[in-house]
Amino acid sequence: MVLALAVKSLRNRKFTAVLTLLSIALAVMLLLGVERLRSESRESFAATISGTDLVVGARSSPVHLLLFSVFRIGNATNNIRWDSYSAIAQRPEVAWAIPLSLGDSHRGFRVLGTAREYFEHFRFGRDHKLELAQGGPFDDLHDAVLGADVAAKLGYKPGDSIVIAHGAGEVSFSLHEDQPFRVVGVLARTGTPVDRTVHVTLEGLDAVHAEASEDAFDPLAAAGRAGAGEHEHHAGKKTERAITAFLVGLKSRGAALSMQRLVNEYSDEPLTAILPGATLLEVWEIVGAAEKTLFAVSALVVVVGLAGMLVALLTSLGERRREMAVLRSVGARPVHIFGLILGEAAFLTLLGIALGIAALYLGLVAGRPWLESRLGLFIVVGWPSAYEFALMIVVAAAGVLIGLIPAYRIYRYSLADGMTIRI
Amino acid sequence: MDVSVRASSQTLPPQRSGGSPEDVVELSGVRFSWSGAAPFVIDIGNLRVARGERVFLRGPSGSGKSTLLSLVAGVITPKEGSIRVLGQNIGALGGAARDRFRADHIGFIFQMFNLIPYLSVVENVCLPCGFSPRRKDRAEREGGAVQAEAVRLLEHLDMGETAVLRCAVTELSVGQQQRVAAARALIGSPELVIADEPTSSLDADRRAAFLDLLFRECARERAALIFVSHDASLARLFDRAIQFADINRAAGSALALA
Repeated sequence: MVLALAVKSLRNRKFTAVLTLLSIALAVMLLLGVERLRSESRESFAATISGTDLVVGARSSPVHLLLFSVFRIGNATNNIRWDSYSAIAQRPEVAWAIPLSLGDSHRGFRVLGTAREYFEHFRFGRDHKLELAQGGPFDDLHDAVLGADVAAKLGYKPGDSIVIAHGAGEVSFSLHEDQPFRVVGVLARTGTPVDRTVHVTLEGLDAVHAEASEDAFDPLAAAGRAGAGEHEHHAGKKTERAITAFLVGLKSRGAALSMQRLVNEYSDEPLTAILPGATLLEVWEIVGAAEKTLFAVSALVVVVGLAGMLVALLTSLGERRREMAVLRSVGARPVHIFGLILGEAAFLTLLGIALGIAALYLGLVAGRPWLESRLGLFIVVGWPSAYEFALMIVVAAAGVLIGLIPAYRIYRYSLADGMTIRI
Repeated sequence: MDVSVRASSQTLPPQRSGGSPEDVVELSGVRFSWSGAAPFVIDIGNLRVARGERVFLRGPSGSGKSTLLSLVAGVITPKEGSIRVLGQNIGALGGAARDRFRADHIGFIFQMFNLIPYLSVVENVCLPCGFSPRRKDRAEREGGAVQAEAVRLLEHLDMGETAVLRCAVTELSVGQQQRVAAARALIGSPELVIADEPTSSLDADRRAAFLDLLFRECARERAALIFVSHDASLARLFDRAIQFADINRAAGSALALA
């Protein structure tokens, strides 16, 4: 009876009800959307690298080392000597090591010089291996394997040849034109910076740079090199070959800390070793602050939405006092009157939440390709997480609690007014 | 059914001794004030309304008439004395029981704004049956179904045309609204109908027609009618007219309060 009355009463105030509903739905959509993006970006961030026990580079801050070696953000301040790499890679604790050489680019995408081991040992996400979507890994000196984004954006397929440029800019004046690389493979999408990387062989990179050093008197090339300042070219002297960083996998996880200390105290060259998981967390602390703010803002929007409902309910009370007196006269109890208002608040909140969730899912499905291609965010359109459920329960509870305010007021009115109709 | 309009005595009711089982309402020594320290607004020694009786209660606005009605309806309870409705001391009932008692036995008609704007005419009439199973049963026995009984009552009150039934209640004239309210007060045959200035927003012609219909239906249901108004010209239509100031010894102090 009371429920039917509540529904009919609400239908009578369609306009305000729909506005209230919309504001709650939008607020919920925003809150959940921000939360979804936040958790997805955190997840995809943490999933950038896995299975690697140590990342080693020249002495620098751990965050810096992680950013340039794994995220391809910024540049290395110094290189490390090949013999340091060999010495560490050959230690008995080490299961595998992957050398990384950064500093060149191809049309805005970073070029990573590495070895075949990269395709065997590099892991991302929950222990995912790199998969080749087309072709295979390198075989020859001038082979290149492209990340999914590189191939998709530039329209490359196996067999195409590409020319790499010195430095990391989109436009470079120092092209290594005489030694093009041949695309032999394209990696499957990973949702990590690997997608935006051109992988070439370390040897190929050396050969290109050896060539470049021979005509190193080209002032533009020299300037580009000085500006980028990543790696020195020393033609033909394999012993003096340098790399930017390397990834280390240990035979036993437990050795990571002692190995890290060993690298940090390496006497021949100042090196820094980091545990990627720990440093990822550190970076997330920095990046995550912005997302926390965003979350706080969207939580405030929910508060505003619920406050709007409170205002709408409270303003309706004046004219509804009459209605309540009539209901009291036909036998409605104060509890019924209380329930009528509380039920309305609960109904608006719950329907608002449901609409918000529906709108969010529609938006996610519609916006997924864009998020994926533009932000590299993989959004899994699945059931809400436990945390999201908890958030919704909090919003629902807040809506009902807010409904208690007008419900209590009208309850007081209906006790005081009785059946006297006050206008 | 023909309704004979007896001439009213225009005087205080005879002080009958001993409650008759036919009494619908019986007040004795009732005193009421809105808060503990405030002076009494109601102080009534004795008031009885018999089954099927039509009582006219006259007094100026603010003399405490509405408060008396709230007491009889059990919305508020007296500080002293007892109020028996159908033999039940309603002051002794709990809040929920009083609400149920009211729903079961009393029909109300207010001065205006009687109807719930978002309900249809028939839904408005059926409203008491949603709160009182007893009145629902009686309405069903009377008309077959609650809706049918509502339509039947509306027909008796000259509101039976389909056009009117389909109409939104906000589109009805004031006179029509009051008749819908009367149908609602009468559905499920409550023993007591309380009308609080139901005709004050009607013009003289409509007032007479409305009263005629109301009397006829009350007589049919054998419901007692307590009719409150400040319009003395109506008094002669009732079995008995009571000057509110005559029975309420606190009348002087109640003027300031509604």
